[in-house]
Amino acid sequence: MRVTLTVNGAETTADVEPRLLLVHYLRDVLGLTGTHWGCDTSNCGACTVWLDGVPIKSCTTLAAMADGHEVRTVEGLASEDGLDPVQQGFVEEHGLQCGFCTPGMMMTARALLDRIPDPDEATIREAISGNLCRCTGYENIVRAIRWAARHEAERTSEEAAV
Amino acid sequence: MQVPAPFEYQRAGSVDEAIALLARSGGDARLVAGGHSLLPMMKLRLARPETLVDINGLSDLEYVKVDGDEIAIGAMTRHVGVLESAVLAEHYRIFAEAERVIADPLVRNRGTVGGSLCQADPSEDLSAVFAALKGRAVIRSASGTRSVDLRAFHLGPYETVVGDAEIVVEVRVPIRPHTGSAYEKVERRAGDWSVAAAGAFVQLRGDTIDDVGIGMTAVGAAHFTCEEAEDSLRGGPVSPEAIDEAARICGQRCNPSADQRGPVDYKRHLVSVLVARALTRSVARARGEAA
Ligand SMILES: Cc1cc2nc3c(=O)[nH]c(=O)nc-3n(C[C@H](O)[C@H](O)[C@H](O)COP(=O)(O)OP(=O)(O)OC[C@H]3O[C@@H](n4cnc5c(N)ncnc54)[C@H](O)[C@@H]3O)c2cc1C
Ligand code: FES
Ligand code: FES
Repeated sequence: MRVTLTVNGAETTADVEPRLLLVHYLRDVLGLTGTHWGCDTSNCGACTVWLDGVPIKSCTTLAAMADGHEVRTVEGLASEDGLDPVQQGFVEEHGLQCGFCTPGMMMTARALLDRIPDPDEATIREAISGNLCRCTGYENIVRAIRWAARHEAERTSEEAAV
Repeated sequence: MQVPAPFEYQRAGSVDEAIALLARSGGDARLVAGGHSLLPMMKLRLARPETLVDINGLSDLEYVKVDGDEIAIGAMTRHVGVLESAVLAEHYRIFAEAERVIADPLVRNRGTVGGSLCQADPSEDLSAVFAALKGRAVIRSASGTRSVDLRAFHLGPYETVVGDAEIVVEVRVPIRPHTGSAYEKVERRAGDWSVAAAGAFVQLRGDTIDDVGIGMTAVGAAHFTCEEAEDSLRGGPVSPEAIDEAARICGQRCNPSADQRGPVDYKRHLVSVLVARALTRSVARARGEAA
């Protein structure tokens, strides 16, 4: 079947089998390997992408189900102005070690901050509870997301002051 | 790599179209809602439908609203919609308490109420919630609409009364005044299925229990409930002894299996503790106390 998905703002189209999972459409058809493919059992969240603005597990969604919809992946986080504050936060606070969980973690974090700009630690931990990290022990991931929240708040108040 | 067996993909633009697509495939088709139970089963080849009918476009089935003296929840309401519903928070705290411990936020963004009930997993949390609240499912087919008591909805593990060319469109729960409700779940780790879980509502008239509902999951309770325990409470005065007795009956009457989540005697004990806690907090909430 022919599917057309908007991925990171660009229209993509391909002939695929209905059973093709969204994660494989992104990685194998489009070559967007930033979205990682881990457990394959809907548990780890490495495959997290946005579908119509909502973070979901792309290993448990068919490309066909996303036909006509909008997908955002980690490749769509940075803008012309540079890294997204969430990405910068992971750099500043050493929010990754092996990096396998990181793309999914950042997509979840970005969605969280869009909804709740100043989340406390418990809210952050709850939000990322579907994203497993085998390396960091989560401490620095929480710090990274807090860094992004702080940074965005400062930027907003600076902009307001101008 | 886990890949489902090949199938034909169809999209339903309306409930009628979904029913027609199911009927045309004569039992070899399955609806896909959130897909978070069905797709994993297809990846493991435990399910091999020849046709998938995608109902994610049916956004008119995504709502939580007061309708007469009932709350109506559309079948396509996502877990997150139940978790964050102001209507449900006002009438039944049991929903948010259960939803907070169903899977993880990413799964909750996708999984639906209809899919949860129709999956009929013996450890499903919402099945216990709706059993406790004595809700009913509204089911549509080409020949019309029928309503089935949630306590008669499940025929066994992974089996429901929903026919091959039928679709659950809505779940309804009566609104009850002077009522409190609560949910208690023990899981091995965040996001996991229950070791055991119990939910309850208690409706008070003064210090008398006017009506009560108990739901349990993951412990082999028939129809996710225990009417004997409910009967022991209904019409009687509220007391810790009465609650303990009802909780004891639940622990005795359920039928858990020993598995990696624990042995049978532990699970029975856990059921008694969780039922007692859920009832106690329900009573406090019915009285307007913090709990
Ligand atoms: C990692 C993980 C952890 C989980 N943990 C929990 C947990 O702790 N507790 C819990 O309760 N659940 C848990 N779940 C299950 C989750 O809640 C599922 O999303 C839910 O059970 C199924 O909903 P769905 O919309 O994804 O259904 P789908 O997978 O789309 O469908 C499930 C079944 O229902 C049928 N169906 C769907 N909608 C309808 C309808 N409207 N009418 C008729 N038939 C229909 C389908 O044909 C299919 O047979 C977990 C899932 C995952 C992946
Ligand atoms: S690869 Fe999708 S949740 Fe692990
Ligand atoms: S950094 Fe290695 S899994 Fe998270």
